[in-house]
Amino acid sequence: MIQLKEISKTFYSKKNEEVTALKGVSLEVKQGEIFGVIGYSGAGKSTLVRCVNLLEKPTSGDVVVNGASLKNMSKNELRKSRQNIGMIFQGFNLLKTATVYENIAIPLKLTGISSKEIPTRVEKYLAIVGLEDKHHVYPGQLSGGQKQRVAIARALSHEPDVLLSDEATSALDPETTHSILDLLLKINREFGITILLITHEMHVIQKICDRVAVMENGEVIEQGNVIDLYSSPKKRTTKKFVNSLFPNDLPKEILEQLKKRGPIISMTFVGTSADKPALSQLSKKFDVDANILSGNIVQLKDKPFGKLVAHIQGETEETDKALHYLKEEGVQVDEVEINES
Amino acid sequence: MNLNVIAFYDRWGGVLGEATIETFQMVFISLLISVLIGLPLGVLLVLSRPDKSMSNPYVYQSLNVVINVLRSIPFIILLFFLLPFTKFIVGTSIGVKGVIVPLVFYTAPYIARLMESALLEVNKGVLEAYEAMGIKTKDIIWHVMVREAKPSIILGLTIAIIGLIGATAMAGLVGAGGLGDVAYRFGHLRYEPEVMYVTIVLLIILIQGIQSIGNRLAAKAKKD
Repeated sequence: MIQLKEISKTFYSKKNEEVTALKGVSLEVKQGEIFGVIGYSGAGKSTLVRCVNLLEKPTSGDVVVNGASLKNMSKNELRKSRQNIGMIFQGFNLLKTATVYENIAIPLKLTGISSKEIPTRVEKYLAIVGLEDKHHVYPGQLSGGQKQRVAIARALSHEPDVLLSDEATSALDPETTHSILDLLLKINREFGITILLITHEMHVIQKICDRVAVMENGEVIEQGNVIDLYSSPKKRTTKKFVNSLFPNDLPKEILEQLKKRGPIISMTFVGTSADKPALSQLSKKFDVDANILSGNIVQLKDKPFGKLVAHIQGETEETDKALHYLKEEGVQVDEVEINES
Repeated sequence: MNLNVIAFYDRWGGVLGEATIETFQMVFISLLISVLIGLPLGVLLVLSRPDKSMSNPYVYQSLNVVINVLRSIPFIILLFFLLPFTKFIVGTSIGVKGVIVPLVFYTAPYIARLMESALLEVNKGVLEAYEAMGIKTKDIIWHVMVREAKPSIILGLTIAIIGLIGATAMAGLVGAGGLGDVAYRFGHLRYEPEVMYVTIVLLIILIQGIQSIGNRLAAKAKKD
């Protein structure tokens, strides 16, 4: 649905210094999926999403949306294509001087929707975002979450194939974030709209994304299915993001003490193996004691994903066998290195 | 006391009434023309500014220079400096008609600046959101930029009107009349202080009224 091919973007500051925001980024977002891009601020993810509808013109590379390359389009063609790419923003970007109704109706009118159809569309999409009773209210009287709902209704009312989300939940509190994410999930499922979102929050990825790309210094350093990235992150930054969900705040001294009496392991469970009693079997089958140090199970978009840190106490021979058994049971086992975090 | 008021009214009422109408005429006509010139110039200043989508340093810089030059000239000098031009444009250089041209030259650049600063206040994100929706630039200018800037535009125009009223006081010099002219001719030259005081009071009421109306309209347009 969206293909970014070798996108580079260089900005020139006032002193004519070059700032390279994107270095040859390639991504493909498939039809109907929710694709997340995560990175710390300054990683270039905002520039990346703005390149998709050419709000930011890439210095080199090509953008293909729905089979058409946007880069060589005339102004008019680009406008038509943009009408098919909805976008929501961190700052909502609604007209302050217009009511909720007008905020949706004005862009519809300006993109040439017939005046007969406008009220129907506004009603329909306000109902979908759950604000059918707010027609005549001004954005100033709405909460942040409600404003984002209006912005979503505005984007949907053009009936786009693609929705871009530029940190749409970053200005919202956790509870509101969840309700907005639920809404995005709903429109993805009900209307089949492909969503490309960028965020710096791991729980956004976890809750709604099918695939994810991790960005750092203008490059995509790792990408894949959310579950794969969660269970075996390869790059340091990716690990940091994953670990942010599984706080491993055991004191270093304790870990060092424990390590003398057996390995400390982290076990990753995905999907069904998340509820297998593999660990409790260990003491029965081998001459070891398993002592859970920390653990957490989170719900990914459609599978549970768990991580458990445990200390396996016993003779090296026995603990080796125990670890082997766990691996055979389909549990991903990694030794915890103490200086990791 | 009552007698005095009636006597004053009988003697000066007609003159002051006529002068007030002249002031209104001058302000209204030159304001209208100045807005028609100043608002597009303000838009052009904002669009051609560096870092903007339609950035054009030549347009921006030349516009800047012209506006600054015109704004450097005191109105009383502009009034005489433009005499030949005024005569060429409207056929006369005296009366209300003759003063409109210099008033426009004085006010339009001022309004352009006020519009510029009002339009710059509009949240860039909103403009971007509309660009992302595939809406034409001219529609964005009118339906987003000008619309969202309306409260600041109203306040700016209020300031412009008040400045304009000040400038019309000098219109008497080319025989256009107005309240300032009455205060000067009767109050000062013929030494009738009451006329001067009454004119000043009228002007104060006028300015206060305009400012209050402006504030109220701006607050109403703000919606938040």
